[in-house]
Amino acid sequence: MNVLVCVKRVPETGGRVTLTDDAQDIDTRFLGFTVSPHEECAVEEAVRIVGANGGAATVLTLGPEAATDQLRDAMAIGMDRAILLETDGRDWDPVATAAAIVDAVRAETEAGTTYDLLLFGNEAADSGDYQVAIRVAVALGLPCISGVKSLEIHDGVATARREAAGGWEVFEVPLPAVVSVREGINLPRYPSVPGRLRAKKKEIARSVPAPRPSGPTKLRLRLPAEQERSVEILGTGAEAAPAVVELLVRLGLVSA
Amino acid sequence: MSGLPERASVVVIGAGIVGNCMVHHLAKLGWRDIVLIEKGPLPNPGGSTGHASNFIFPTDHNKEMAALTLDSVRQYQELGVFTQSGGIEVARTPERMEELKRRLASAKSWGIESELISPERVTELVPYIDPSVILGGWYTPSVGVVDSLRAGTLMREAAVAKGALIISAMTEMIGIDVVDGRIAGVRTDKGDIATDTVVIACGIWSPRIARMAGGSIPLTPAVHQMISVGPVPQFADTVGEIVFPIVRDMDTNMYERQHGGDLEVGSYAHRPILMSPDDIPSLEEAALSPTELPFTDDDFDPQMEHALELVPTVLGDERVGVRYAINGLLSLTPDGMPILGELPEVKGLWSAAAIWIKEAPGIARAVAEWMTLGTPEIDCHASDVARFYDHQRTAAHVEARSAEGFNKTYGITHPMEQWASNRDVRLSPVHRRQRELDAVFFEAAGWERPFWYGANAPLLAEFGERVMPRAAEWESRWWSPIVNAEHLAMRERVGLVDLAAFAIFDVTGQDALAYLQGLVVGQMDVPVGRVVYTPLLSESGGIMADLTIIRLGADRFRVVTGGGMGMRDKKWFTDHLPADGSVQVHDQTSALYTLGLWGPRARDLVSAATSADLSDAAFPFGTAQTVDIGSVRTSMSRISYVGELGWEIYCPMEEGLRLWDSLWEAGRPFGLAAVGIGVYGTTGRIEKGYRAHGAELELDFDLVEAGMARPKVKDADFVGKAAYLEQRSRPPAAVLCTLTLDDATAASGVKRYMMGREPILTPDGRSLIDAKGRRSYVTSAGSAPSLGTHLLMSYLPPDSAVVGTKLAVEYFGERYPVTVAVAGSTPPFDPDNARIRG
Amino acid sequence: MILVFVEHDGLLPSRSSLEALTVAGRLAGSTGVPLEAILFGQDAAVVAVGLGAAGVATALTLSHESLDEYAPAAWGRSLGSLAAERGATVVLAAGSDRGNEVLAYASAMADAAMAANCTEITPGEPFLVTRQRWGGSLLEDARLDGSPRFLTIAEHAVEPETATAPTSVELIAVRPEPTAADLRVRVVGRVPPKAGLVSLADARVVVGGGRGVGADGFGQIEELAVLLGGAVGVSRVVTSAGWRPHAEQVGQTGTRIAPDLYIACGISGAIQHIVGCKAAKSILAINTDRDAPMMSKASYAVIGDLHQVVPAISAEIRRVTGR
Repeated sequence: MNVLVCVKRVPETGGRVTLTDDAQDIDTRFLGFTVSPHEECAVEEAVRIVGANGGAATVLTLGPEAATDQLRDAMAIGMDRAILLETDGRDWDPVATAAAIVDAVRAETEAGTTYDLLLFGNEAADSGDYQVAIRVAVALGLPCISGVKSLEIHDGVATARREAAGGWEVFEVPLPAVVSVREGINLPRYPSVPGRLRAKKKEIARSVPAPRPSGPTKLRLRLPAEQERSVEILGTGAEAAPAVVELLVRLGLVSA
Repeated sequence: MSGLPERASVVVIGAGIVGNCMVHHLAKLGWRDIVLIEKGPLPNPGGSTGHASNFIFPTDHNKEMAALTLDSVRQYQELGVFTQSGGIEVARTPERMEELKRRLASAKSWGIESELISPERVTELVPYIDPSVILGGWYTPSVGVVDSLRAGTLMREAAVAKGALIISAMTEMIGIDVVDGRIAGVRTDKGDIATDTVVIACGIWSPRIARMAGGSIPLTPAVHQMISVGPVPQFADTVGEIVFPIVRDMDTNMYERQHGGDLEVGSYAHRPILMSPDDIPSLEEAALSPTELPFTDDDFDPQMEHALELVPTVLGDERVGVRYAINGLLSLTPDGMPILGELPEVKGLWSAAAIWIKEAPGIARAVAEWMTLGTPEIDCHASDVARFYDHQRTAAHVEARSAEGFNKTYGITHPMEQWASNRDVRLSPVHRRQRELDAVFFEAAGWERPFWYGANAPLLAEFGERVMPRAAEWESRWWSPIVNAEHLAMRERVGLVDLAAFAIFDVTGQDALAYLQGLVVGQMDVPVGRVVYTPLLSESGGIMADLTIIRLGADRFRVVTGGGMGMRDKKWFTDHLPADGSVQVHDQTSALYTLGLWGPRARDLVSAATSADLSDAAFPFGTAQTVDIGSVRTSMSRISYVGELGWEIYCPMEEGLRLWDSLWEAGRPFGLAAVGIGVYGTTGRIEKGYRAHGAELELDFDLVEAGMARPKVKDADFVGKAAYLEQRSRPPAAVLCTLTLDDATAASGVKRYMMGREPILTPDGRSLIDAKGRRSYVTSAGSAPSLGTHLLMSYLPPDSAVVGTKLAVEYFGERYPVTVAVAGSTPPFDPDNARIRG
Repeated sequence: MILVFVEHDGLLPSRSSLEALTVAGRLAGSTGVPLEAILFGQDAAVVAVGLGAAGVATALTLSHESLDEYAPAAWGRSLGSLAAERGATVVLAAGSDRGNEVLAYASAMADAAMAANCTEITPGEPFLVTRQRWGGSLLEDARLDGSPRFLTIAEHAVEPETATAPTSVELIAVRPEPTAADLRVRVVGRVPPKAGLVSLADARVVVGGGRGVGADGFGQIEELAVLLGGAVGVSRVVTSAGWRPHAEQVGQTGTRIAPDLYIACGISGAIQHIVGCKAAKSILAINTDRDAPMMSKASYAVIGDLHQVVPAISAEIRRVTGR
């Protein structure tokens, strides 16, 4: 059972976001980098699947040389090898990204590695395009289940569940298949120290894909207008309870 | 939160551990209308306090730091935020085992209980340590951790409870107003406050705030990497933050400590990663906090392998994950010491910066005392912000030395170890000659000073075994038997000493005499031409400095002091100037060059170079005269710090080379030798029992104890006089003694020679503690080639301060017998000072 | 022609589809082209007739025994073919799970670009959109090329409006012919929501708990949520620590909520959390730290330890309501 996980290097935001002067990117001078939480879960899921079914797990990213950090992080968790599709670090649009991944998967096949399962995060934390996994599936003629929060593999069939209106929708597809997962599918482990040390020695295959811009075409980034609300302090400590309940009554949430 | 007050008696900027402790101690000392400004939220504003290692190993080779840390532990314990865990420094190498013995000795000197333990014992105490990779450990049971955020809150609340404090968080400094060199107020985004006193307690941001007032706090933010791994199965059943002793893996510059269910691994081994204070993210920009920067794996990976060797069962466990990893920011300074006290550039602007959690409450107390009483109880001279010369405030110097110092955090630092970076900054006018003589340069306050001259190697053959050669590597490091050879050449013939590093300032004005009379202990109402050696006291009677003052005229005096503390001494003088401008202080340090010429042939030599009458009658000891040597007009001062006939000779800096050459030429027939600072600062001085500032002379000793009380006290009032009179009225708690090393032979058969700061013990190994609770330790140590022995100086309790008393000194884990040779100030060599008279 | 993919529950269009129709209607009005809708399922026509209020002129209803349950690839293919057949210039959907998924298929099959989660559209050449990145904490101005242009409208970006001139809807029933390959992906089973549980996305009140609640402190959060007939929501720290199920996470990688009131207890307010709750009409923050970022997003605040404040509120509600 071979599993490929696609991840994307993104800045680790938390505080206020500021932009570069040309408004093309987030100012990352003070930021670390990571992958989307969905993708962390995809990595964890791949490690578990390979752990249970045997085979090998490969992590792939399209990004700059520095994205090897994210590949190593994934390998520290237990991914066996990594593929870097090296770019100059500028954003690639989702169509071009999917095309580069498709090419890479085909090249792997030619080189003798076929994947039974391609895992993605449901959407990248930064660009939020919601389409790369589906585009890859369409191009490769594979079935794709999106937004998955539970995945089981049995006898060449993937059974996946995703949340819908408080309940669950259940899908079943034959392998090979593409699955995009959501945070919550598992609780990713932290890398162990031996895992990190092993990751340093694992192979990263590199290639440089040709850019094929398609769209949408990013023109500039903007920060949304902040609507500063003036906060009304209802009180301090437990003594504030009556004022809170008065508010709840006023909003029609409690009927006295 | 509305309304800053319009006025405050003091504004403390920064509510990290230091600022919080500052407001508490200021309030305790009676300050009211204190305002604490913090640009972040409380209780964790985002500075280093929130993430810095919160453990305390009390021992430091440096006495000042050890004292401040011990005081801090006491304060943390009183607040109930200290959890004792014990701590072990482990050794992987024989050199480190030796260093641990030295640390054990320092602990003994400062009264900290500790012991050397076997690898097996280490593992008994800390079961997850692999004993096979270590040779042993040094265990200090009193090591512990503190809740620094809680401590800060309690300190702050104590000040609020006194009605002394207004706190304004989320308040950003915009500017500091300075009028006529004094603080006038601070400006913030929440309003302005008029005040004449500001304390900068802003950690890594301190340089930026100081700059607002035109001041300089020379520190640089730097990265300390830390990871936290868990959940650790071994900690599953433990209660509280920490039950296992903290382990410092000294040889890899790392530490491992329990923190709840996690093990924290920190490192000082990675490359120094310095930052500019202007490049720190704001609170809003930072993902975690401004001082918790993204972890850089590549820097830490090699350390991880080291940690894995020592803690294989925890770190090698696949179930234990790296849950948190940061590049935490801390402050580094060019000499590794904190930056405390009033900035010399701006009256009323105080620094409490470059402070670790382990010493913060102690330092806050010291700075608050300093602000209130004029000096702190614990002598903080090595941390005094006034210690810096301008070149030491430059970014180039700060960065070079901080980077060099970073990897010494857990290093084995020899007491004489020299800096490698940013050397050759201040060069003597005779530097060229010194290089020709193959000088080995040590640095002092940026000056390159020959410690000995390689060209004097032939003297070794002349003096043979009298140079007391050293077999042990430690004492041979940063030393040469040539030092002792130069010493003997000077004692037998004559030596020329470069003293360019002296700090010199002239005091002038119609009230100069009255001013000096009020500042120094010695009688300054002396005839023109007299040279007075005098101590200076703090108001409470501690020893502030010792220096010489030459009366140049009715209203002109010249102060000559050591370069190391020269700027601090200058600040003391300028701080006490009368407000009416009737006295002025002029810095002559860069204008005047000083040479020392001493030895039995000194008079003959100078006489050969001048026509002046240098006879004892014409030029008696303790006087200064203008003397022409060749075409250089010099001022000669007949004093000696090495106990020989001779002079300090001053001339214009740019004529120094000419003066050196003239004396050198004249000296040939007399066997003149260039003599390094090794003789001037140690061997020559210690044979004469002369006291040195920072060794014997510190604020926690008084003149009676130091044996420097003169028969009479002058009528004029002076700083510290009341305390001095009181000290004279009762027997001293300790007496400064000189001891001889009776047998230098170690168990290995090698002769060992102490270097200072070792504990003095009873022959059976008990500490000597005086009535003030001070332990006896070696204040200075050095060869005494003319006496054929090794001498130690130490303050001893009166019952031990008796000539002939047999005691012991502990050195690298062994005790050596010593005997009190002198109690008091009588010189061990030439006790009648016949040689000085010539 | 502008074609809108409309989601529905068999009776009514979804709120987010109405939002998308609102944007599409404005676009159609400003460019003078007709607005058409496409709906799947047996009850599609029932829902479609009501879309006149949203300005829809023509509704395409697709029903097929294999497609009546959600089958994203097949739905996407049908949508794409119809858009091409009918000459749609813009194909639009809600930025919901299904809207984004179906349009991703349709655009991928058409080998065209797609812009997800747009908040503004400036038609013309170039055709410009503003779309959300980072869950809405950042906006991107982008150019969208191709024909048709595929885009989805970010949820909560606009208030649904009824058209100024309601139209009567022409219904066109289309019989799709899904391929076996496309039908590999379809819902084969459902697990209904637990009875009596208010879904986080639809709750009128959400009581949120963050790190400050602690591993064992969620009983009081649940109690207040039950008293208010609301749902429990938590920050990412809480689900990452394994304290609560991920289904309760509010934020960029969890659920976007839009309640009348969000009571944020011990939540400092990282931007990833804020984007999940900013559609709330009001926020009440309960926090010891009056400088926490959550405070600047809140309309109301109580300064204090949630462990004291929350039980006190619950007790007060009981007292007032006599329960």
